[in-house]
Amino acid sequence: MATLTKQQIGSVLAKQGILIAFVVFIIAFTIANPRFLSPDNILSVVRSSAILGVMALGVTFVVISGNLDLSVGSMMSFSTIVVLDLHDKIGPAMAIPVMFAMTIALGALIGFLVGYLKLNSLIVTLGMLSAIHGLTLTYSGGQNMDIADKEGTWFSVFGQGTAMGIPVPILIFVALAALLGLVLSKTAFGRKVYAVGGNGTAATFSGIRRARTVFLCYIMSATCVATAGLIQASRSLGSQNTVGQGLELEVLAAVILGGASLLGGSGTIFKTVIGVLILGFIQNGLLLMGLQFYVQFIVTWVIIILAVWLDIAAKRGKLWSPIA
Amino acid sequence: MSDPVLRLEGIVKTFPGVRALDGVSFSVMPGEVHALMGENGAGKSTLMKVLGGIHQPNEGHIFMGDEKAVMAGPLEAKAKGIVFIHQELSLAEELSVAENIYLGELPRKSFGRVDWSTLEENTNTILKKLNVGFDATTRVGDLSIANQQMVEIARALTVDAKAVIFDEPTASLTDAEKSVLFDVIADLKADGVGIIYISHRMEEIFKITDRISVLRDGQYQGTVNTRDSNEESVTQMMIGRKLDLSRNASHHELGDVALEVRGLSCGKLYSDISFEVRRGEVVGFYGLVGAGRTEIAETLFGLRDPSGGQILLNGEEVRISSPADAIARGISLVPEDRKGQGLVLGMNCRDNMTLPQVDDLKAGPFVAEGAEIAIFDQYRDRLDIRTPGWKQQVGNLSGGNQQKIVIGKWLSMHPNVLIVDEPTRGIDVGSKSEIHKLLRELAAQGYAVMVISSEMPEVLHVSDRTVAMYSGQIMRTFTSDEVTEDNLIQAISGIKSGQAA
Repeated sequence: MATLTKQQIGSVLAKQGILIAFVVFIIAFTIANPRFLSPDNILSVVRSSAILGVMALGVTFVVISGNLDLSVGSMMSFSTIVVLDLHDKIGPAMAIPVMFAMTIALGALIGFLVGYLKLNSLIVTLGMLSAIHGLTLTYSGGQNMDIADKEGTWFSVFGQGTAMGIPVPILIFVALAALLGLVLSKTAFGRKVYAVGGNGTAATFSGIRRARTVFLCYIMSATCVATAGLIQASRSLGSQNTVGQGLELEVLAAVILGGASLLGGSGTIFKTVIGVLILGFIQNGLLLMGLQFYVQFIVTWVIIILAVWLDIAAKRGKLWSPIA
Repeated sequence: MSDPVLRLEGIVKTFPGVRALDGVSFSVMPGEVHALMGENGAGKSTLMKVLGGIHQPNEGHIFMGDEKAVMAGPLEAKAKGIVFIHQELSLAEELSVAENIYLGELPRKSFGRVDWSTLEENTNTILKKLNVGFDATTRVGDLSIANQQMVEIARALTVDAKAVIFDEPTASLTDAEKSVLFDVIADLKADGVGIIYISHRMEEIFKITDRISVLRDGQYQGTVNTRDSNEESVTQMMIGRKLDLSRNASHHELGDVALEVRGLSCGKLYSDISFEVRRGEVVGFYGLVGAGRTEIAETLFGLRDPSGGQILLNGEEVRISSPADAIARGISLVPEDRKGQGLVLGMNCRDNMTLPQVDDLKAGPFVAEGAEIAIFDQYRDRLDIRTPGWKQQVGNLSGGNQQKIVIGKWLSMHPNVLIVDEPTRGIDVGSKSEIHKLLRELAAQGYAVMVISSEMPEVLHVSDRTVAMYSGQIMRTFTSDEVTEDNLIQAISGIKSGQAA
């Protein structure tokens, strides 16, 4: 009881490294600017992280299954443009399900290519990033998309509404995180995702249909992207074709910050949520310090690389790799 | 004799909660082949890591000659003349043999250019000594596993080695390749190098070693002269009891035919395979690597489509299209590659064990974790799996316990036909005899069991009937009364005996 051995401390660090880094980092920013931890600021960080967060939930499934999804940014642009366009053409009540169906169809295409045809997910989703961007521009004719009557639509509730004082995007993020957290940790499907990502061959030898599992992960990812597109469209009620550009890397950063292995087989929804919040607080903290927003791009990545390094260092107990 | 090349004195190494090595002392003389034996988990690997500078001992000392040696890291151990030949190969497949052998120490010309001609010359000198059939410029990825191992050995010979440690070097070698390896060891011996030889294979130990040191649970059990000792006494030192490898002589009632195969073929891999397995029976498949045994198992498990023939389960013809399909029909396969095919090493024991039935264990929309734990507990007790609990990652268990997890996983499916491919490869003697006993028990309980094995004593010990395969064909099926080591060896070498039906 009295003293923790060095090894015990090491193992706690290895398990909770990211969480500890998060706490240290919050304390540092709070000392720099006390407003950082005010309820208003926290709420604003979480709200602005919700879109990224919803997408990261889906990508967590893909990453745990041992694959990547770099198409989520341009897919989110696609969802946003489509739902805004259809809003005025067929009404919001129809626009939403049609947009979901179209986005999920894209996810199904990726899932088919990666899962059933066993193509490399990096290549497939990098290609889809570009292809879907082209698809979006073709759909919109390159024009920005705006809703005609911005005041008179209930559609704004997903991005701008509040319930019990809490912004709806946050409620959607939290509810989806809770739901997908249960799916991943408690259902047979979740178990199979870990097995396929941990050792795909052994999963096959255990009768798990690997292709189907990977396929379903991309369906999950696309569904989350459609939800994110819905929030985005509802918040702005008008959008450029490039609204999701670059988000794929931020999403991946959040998932990695949370500690999911890019090799597959590890990670949790809870950790991804932490990763999303870390990313959100870093960016917010930098703004509060009065730095220009573009400084974020640099600092964010420096911090991500530091965090990943410390995580790996804690796991192997050394800062430097034992094998040079 | 002169001073030992290597002497260990009271080596202790602890990890949180475990005393992995507890006062290990022995010495290796120049020109001696010294066997290090012990069950998996006995501390052999830890001891080797201490010698190799990967772990530092908590207590005790290493002496090289009469000098105290501290191995601060792998490079230092190598500089002091300790060389490892690992069981798992660490070669760069895309590079040539020569580049692999001199990796990091390529001979140079001016401006850092590689001196290719010297490199090739030096390499071929070493390869000649090893009497191998490839040369310096061959790409390592094009070599067989056995030849890759020879490259590892060649690499060791470039250093001025004082002690060479062989860790399970023959695991993937054929008999011919083994004898080349033993010649190399004899040469090293003649040069006065001290050799530590780690292996589970008793015949080899008694063929080539001078002394044997035994570890059990991290404790040093003693050192004996090989010629004053025998398999039985060494086994006893290792596990504290005797390993039974007598001929199978059980005769219980056999049930119906559970699995029948008629004229099954699969391209060039195997052809015209016919056999049956009854309930209550263990049928052993013996043959050389590449004889087609594993491929038959893979076909029965839905991993490989046959090109012709029939498979009948309980008398009914079936087409098995996938492992999921095979499992649904009550066929289970314990695969030959435990880590690659049998287990998800990063998952815990329970989740690994229930993986094939995770869809069936339901509590509402979720997996019924209580039922899973009950299954795990049941098979942990039945198979005597030693683990701190179900939450333990499978990757942290010893080979024997890992194999028991795989077996438990398939027993909990209550299969009609249980196929076991190399059930005891790379696991220790104690677990080995438990698994043999288990296979016999399963037959007695009415399971239909197919055992594929490359170890003759194992096949003879567990099988009611033995199928001898050679080059994709069944040469002969023996009953346990007919089979002898001689006629079995003849059959798997492709020699048809006169009286064969």
